[in-house]
Amino acid sequence: MSHIWIMIAQRLALGLVTLFVVSLIIFLGTELLPGDFAQEILGQSATPETVAALREQLGLNDSMVTRYANWLGDVLQGDLGESLANGQSVSELIGRRLGWTLSLALYAAAIAVPLSLTLGILAALFRNSFFDRFANASALTSISFPEFFVAYILIFYLAGAGGPFPSISNMRGVEGFGDYLYRTFLPALTLTLVVTAHMMRMTRAAIINLLASPYIEMARLKGMSPMRVVVKHALPNALAPIINVVALNLAYLITGVVVVEVVFVYPGLGQLMVDSVSARDMPVVQGIALVFAAAYVLLNLTADVLATLSNPRLVHRR
Amino acid sequence: MKRLSNMGGMSRRTMLQGTAAVGTAALITPWGTPLRAQPVQGGTLRVGMAHGSTTDALDPGTWEADFMIFQAHTRNNYLTEIAADGSLVPELAESWEASEDAATWTFTIRSGVEFHSGHVLTAEDVVASINHHRGEDSTSAAAPIVSAITDMTVDGMNVVVTLASGNADFPFVMSDYHLPILPAQADGTIDPNTQDGCGPFRIVEIEFGVGASYARHDGYWKEGLPHFDAIEQIVIFDDAARQNALISGEVDYIDTADLNTVHLLERAPGIEILSVTGTQHYGLPMDTRAEPFNDPNVRLALKYSIDRTQLVDTILNGYGSIGNDHPIGSGQRFFNTELEQKEYDPDRARFHLAEAGMESLDVDIHLADAAFAGAMDAGVLFSESAAASGINLNVVREPNDGYWSNVWMQKPFAGTYWGGRPTEDLMFATAYERGVPWNETFWDNERFNDLLLQARSELDEDLRRDMYFEMQQIVSDDGGIIIPMFANYVGAYSDALAHPEQVASNWRNDGHRIGERWWFAA
Repeated sequence: MSHIWIMIAQRLALGLVTLFVVSLIIFLGTELLPGDFAQEILGQSATPETVAALREQLGLNDSMVTRYANWLGDVLQGDLGESLANGQSVSELIGRRLGWTLSLALYAAAIAVPLSLTLGILAALFRNSFFDRFANASALTSISFPEFFVAYILIFYLAGAGGPFPSISNMRGVEGFGDYLYRTFLPALTLTLVVTAHMMRMTRAAIINLLASPYIEMARLKGMSPMRVVVKHALPNALAPIINVVALNLAYLITGVVVVEVVFVYPGLGQLMVDSVSARDMPVVQGIALVFAAAYVLLNLTADVLATLSNPRLVHRR
Repeated sequence: MKRLSNMGGMSRRTMLQGTAAVGTAALITPWGTPLRAQPVQGGTLRVGMAHGSTTDALDPGTWEADFMIFQAHTRNNYLTEIAADGSLVPELAESWEASEDAATWTFTIRSGVEFHSGHVLTAEDVVASINHHRGEDSTSAAAPIVSAITDMTVDGMNVVVTLASGNADFPFVMSDYHLPILPAQADGTIDPNTQDGCGPFRIVEIEFGVGASYARHDGYWKEGLPHFDAIEQIVIFDDAARQNALISGEVDYIDTADLNTVHLLERAPGIEILSVTGTQHYGLPMDTRAEPFNDPNVRLALKYSIDRTQLVDTILNGYGSIGNDHPIGSGQRFFNTELEQKEYDPDRARFHLAEAGMESLDVDIHLADAAFAGAMDAGVLFSESAAASGINLNVVREPNDGYWSNVWMQKPFAGTYWGGRPTEDLMFATAYERGVPWNETFWDNERFNDLLLQARSELDEDLRRDMYFEMQQIVSDDGGIIIPMFANYVGAYSDALAHPEQVASNWRNDGHRIGERWWFAA
């Protein structure tokens, strides 16, 4: 087992390096954006004097290297800094939004993962049947529409005049867990529709691949039921690619849902990121970029570890 | 009514439905004519707003977009208030008077006004609040409008303000949304991040970029106001989401209706459109120092080759009125009613082009929808109508991001929008006076600048009217900006809401005072 721990440690170290590179890219990227924070925050009402005064006050006149070094030093001490715009602590700003983003991602995943695995297994089992084609076609249809379109269709039929669900999921005054599930059902469903196809088709493909191998044939010849062959013999060996695609989609649910957040007025991280980029609020942008990058690194790491664990040959390597 | 007296177990929604039903019944007299609704107490107003950013802040010097301006008028009071009819009425200042030369103003502060914190308003609070925007190192967006103040002194409940030169409109300036009255601290400054105020509502919770909740300020000094118990302000960027929220009853009022789909809202049952002609205008400023715009004839040629009616019909979907290349709205005090309206006239444009010694003209116009909604389309329409007079207008698409830093006042021909200003003087002094920072056309007209200074300190209404009439004439004929249209403020609300017959036109949202002025119809 020990080499698994070594692998985790190596991957974590590599993850930190990745985060560092990401922070550098983000920093350089925002430097390249036209305009600067002082101008953006004062908007059309900016005058040269007020812009100059604001730049001085916020230390924007320091060189890029100095600012980056200062920021990195603070981050290493666990301090993400303060928003340039309103002086709120970045960790606090992100913390609140991250909570909402994670809970929506979890909600969507709780529907999407079991649903797509079940659909994928059944589709592999009844390959080329009407069910297989129908499941494939509908999943592909829903993933082919832009997210906002799926969202509007759901709003039109399930919210709108007299529909059972609310059309906006802003989380002001949410009362309890049940209310939360009810109010965020439409965004969660939208996300489910968006990610299901990917996971389902990967499951189906991985299992169908294995169904051609000799040991499955052997199991069949022993007279095992098809369902048992798939679940007991094929699925465990198909886990590695399935775990990978699930992890990728989970990362997407955390980092890529800006459009859904906008349509449903959901106060998640994506919206905060877009806002802060357009206002050149660097500390917030960098903080969120780090969180997003960390989500990818951690989920990829988890996927690799789980995939390794699912393969006895790798676990017991000498 | 029995059912209503037992409201303990009813949710707010059923209560509203109940009262609405009773209310409708009561409004229909035996003759079948509905009576005007009387303001009724209670309810939570839920407002969906098209603006609001995580970069918003409580500091009044940073207020720019509607979310914070609405917040400002909900939580705060000002020295003076612009009433729904556009006239200036006292708010925290009970009265004011000017010296002969209009350079010294004495405001008498209302006594007994209580802040949400219980602090009682003093003249020191007023001085501290205004001082926040003054001084060398001020980062306030309001710095230019208070820069004329040279001194402020307190005399009991009086505040005496001395100006560098006379300004007959100074009390109007004090109603600017950047200048709320906040409580002074011991050191004579205000805490810009305080949530305190003395307006009709107090902040319960505010989360920038997401929303805010307010509760009624029970000690509010205005008799019988406000009518609502609470206000929920929700940021909904997406046009479709905002309109959906109104239709499905998630909110009672939305501040901005998308003009492309407003006809769908018009047809929706139980939804009313609020369309107010105000001072908001869209424009195309030219740098009057740059070739070829330094020739007034070229400017005139362009002014006569834009089809204003077509722009109002297409870009504004009819929700607006045509402009006459000056920034004064038709509802304002000194709007020039005698000025000839410029129309689309290719022949006349050709004539002015010939006067400038040209047969044809090739120019670029730099636009992005950040300048105003539909700016790109407006540019394309303009270039087509201009072609008839031999003007080849090339529309250059610029990114929305960074538009105000990299294009506006940088490129010689671009797009702009102005929310307008409550007085003619403020508008001209902000963007048309020689050398002011926002003079987006870098225009400098001797006669205009003289008139502006004279009119500012003139207290005789008739003389002032003549001067402002002439100034509008000069801007329209010689100025560097084409102002083809005035855009209405278009919002929408559920018919459960009621408002006074006259709705203010100085800003969106009934002058941003919906919280104080509106109520739920009973």
